[in-house]
Amino acid sequence: MAEACITVKDLTMTYGDFVIQRDLNFTINRGDVFVVMGGNGCGKTTLLRHMIGLKAPAQGDVYYGDQGLWQSDPKTRERILSRTGVLFQSGALLSSMTLAENVALPITEATELPAKKVREIVSYKLALVGLAGFEDYYPSELSGGMQKRAGLARAMAMDPEILFFDEPSAGLDPITAKLLDDLILSLSNALSATIVVVTHDLDSIFAIGNNSVFLDAETHTMIAGGPPRQLLEQSADPSIVRFLTRGEQDGRHGAKHLIGSDR
Amino acid sequence: MIDSNNSSASANAAASISANRRQQALEVSIAGDWVLEAPVPPLEPVLAQIDSASQLKRLEFSMAGLGRWDSMLVTELVKLLDCANRCGIAVDKTTLPLPIQNLLALAAAVPERIDAHRQQQSVSWHEAMHAAWVGALRESRAMLVFVGEMALSTLATVRGQAHFRREDLWLYVQECGPSALPIVTLISLLVGLILAFVGAVQLSLFGAQIYIANLVSLGMTREMGGLMTAIIMSGRTGAAYAAQLGTMHVNSEIDALRTMNLDPMAFLVLPRMLALILIMPLLCLYADLMGIIGGGLVTVNFFDVSLTEYLDRTASAVKMKDFTIGFVKCAVFGILIALSGCMRGMQCGRSASAVGEAGTSAVVTAIVFIVVADSVMTVICNRLGI
Ligand SMILES: Nc1ncnc2c1ncn2[C@@H]1O[C@H](COP(=O)(O)OP(=O)(O)OP(=O)(O)O)[C@@H](O)[C@H]1O
Ligand SMILES: [Mg+2]
Repeated sequence: MAEACITVKDLTMTYGDFVIQRDLNFTINRGDVFVVMGGNGCGKTTLLRHMIGLKAPAQGDVYYGDQGLWQSDPKTRERILSRTGVLFQSGALLSSMTLAENVALPITEATELPAKKVREIVSYKLALVGLAGFEDYYPSELSGGMQKRAGLARAMAMDPEILFFDEPSAGLDPITAKLLDDLILSLSNALSATIVVVTHDLDSIFAIGNNSVFLDAETHTMIAGGPPRQLLEQSADPSIVRFLTRGEQDGRHGAKHLIGSDR
Repeated sequence: MIDSNNSSASANAAASISANRRQQALEVSIAGDWVLEAPVPPLEPVLAQIDSASQLKRLEFSMAGLGRWDSMLVTELVKLLDCANRCGIAVDKTTLPLPIQNLLALAAAVPERIDAHRQQQSVSWHEAMHAAWVGALRESRAMLVFVGEMALSTLATVRGQAHFRREDLWLYVQECGPSALPIVTLISLLVGLILAFVGAVQLSLFGAQIYIANLVSLGMTREMGGLMTAIIMSGRTGAAYAAQLGTMHVNSEIDALRTMNLDPMAFLVLPRMLALILIMPLLCLYADLMGIIGGGLVTVNFFDVSLTEYLDRTASAVKMKDFTIGFVKCAVFGILIALSGCMRGMQCGRSASAVGEAGTSAVVTAIVFIVVADSVMTVICNRLGI
């Protein structure tokens, strides 16, 4: 079953001379919900930008199957990336279009469905994220959390194989956040979509993540990887344990007893 | 596309849907590939069957022949379920594949907000006229309000009650002064050149080429220098002001300033306006000079007038009052440009295209104001004989 979907090899990311992260190596399997963890400013969004072809790596490459994203010619890259959907940290909805137009954008771009059908699909997608009835609103007329969810609907519009979510649950109320977790799980379990999530929400991390990578801002590299629960049980690294226990444990004693109380 | 788990069963089978009545139940059979990129059969016959059937109690599904599927199928199912709901028919979802059941449950988890829906009404022409009239009224009101607020915060700043950043002022002076010199040089040199040529055509008919100097110097100092500078600056700086303030508005930066008890007028608008008012007259003088040089180039090179004669003529033609008129006009234009730029920026909507519109209307407003103000001032000068 474990078929590699995305492989990151020796990836080094920089802004100018400033190294954000170096020597990243990990594999995301098909159907995984892969969590990228780390403190603010450690380079999670930057890693995502490398994976979705927005920023070229200083070294190394991101492989989709066996095709290196940055070694391929632009045409191939475009084809690889057409199978992905992205939710940006800030939503990134086009502000001059209504929600329906925003979500319809990737659909009308890729298919030739009649307008009525597109409208129906859009309504269904908006219903999935709990925004049924808001088709004709402009992004600026929505709350922050609603904008986020609309961004999610746009990311899922074409039922992409691979979804990238940058902090999907930031700014969502707990009930909506739970529904979002359910949505992510059904997308991944049932439809074998691969999902890469950047998130700080510990509940989500343990509820949905079946693999992860932990980026460290001080050493500028990944210091752990694996299923989040296993990390919490087995890791002795203080910064990981502190992260996964909200700073309540400093890592010297392990954190095994916390697992039982979690969900 | 996402393949369902049983995708291997059929590759690229055409989608089909049919409904069979079995006593009180209607069994809908769905088969083939239901994906976005392939055509699917219309749902209407089945919907009609549900609508028209009497004594129908239950809706069942048979998905035995289902191939690949994605949102297309779920969207159609949502329509079917809606229809069944409306007719009060129970739906048996247990035969649907589990993932579809999950997705349907999620889509129904948050009920549709009926009050959120919007109607688009068509408007008749007199309603449109009325709306335009009301819009124009509101517009002029907003303009007056802006000018009023501006005046109040100027007063507050003068009294030292409002926060005003000197550093900002110098930044804006830099931005609209020295960096505008190249374009002002080019345009006014060329305008002087053009004035000289246009005048020369007539004047050389009766050998009065020497008066080209009068024409160019008076034309530049009283009118063209200031006007050209104003038009350049409204495109260059007025639009920039509108875009800067508009983007700040989109990002809620202006709201943030308000919450920090900083008056956006004094903090953002005033330094920009002051910078433009200070710089415009200086640019105007510079433009006059460049225009005169441009005219000189033409006159000396093509029309048999020596450089000393040209300069002599110019010096005797232009009085101090001509420079002053240009100077004052340009200060007024500066106020108008800064006003329209900042006003459009502060009134900007909250989207990317609104920022674009703010830039455009800043330039249009500024140019209209400039031309109207120029005409008025010219008439006044004429009447007063200066
Ligand atoms: N355009 C840029 N130019 C230079 N440095 C940048 C740029 N964007 C981000 N950085 C730096 O890169 C680092 C990582 O930024 P990134 O946005 O990837 O953080 P993050 O892990 O997503 O943080 P957060 O959890 O706050 O979203 C930060 O230190 C930031 O200062
Ligand atoms: Mg980030």
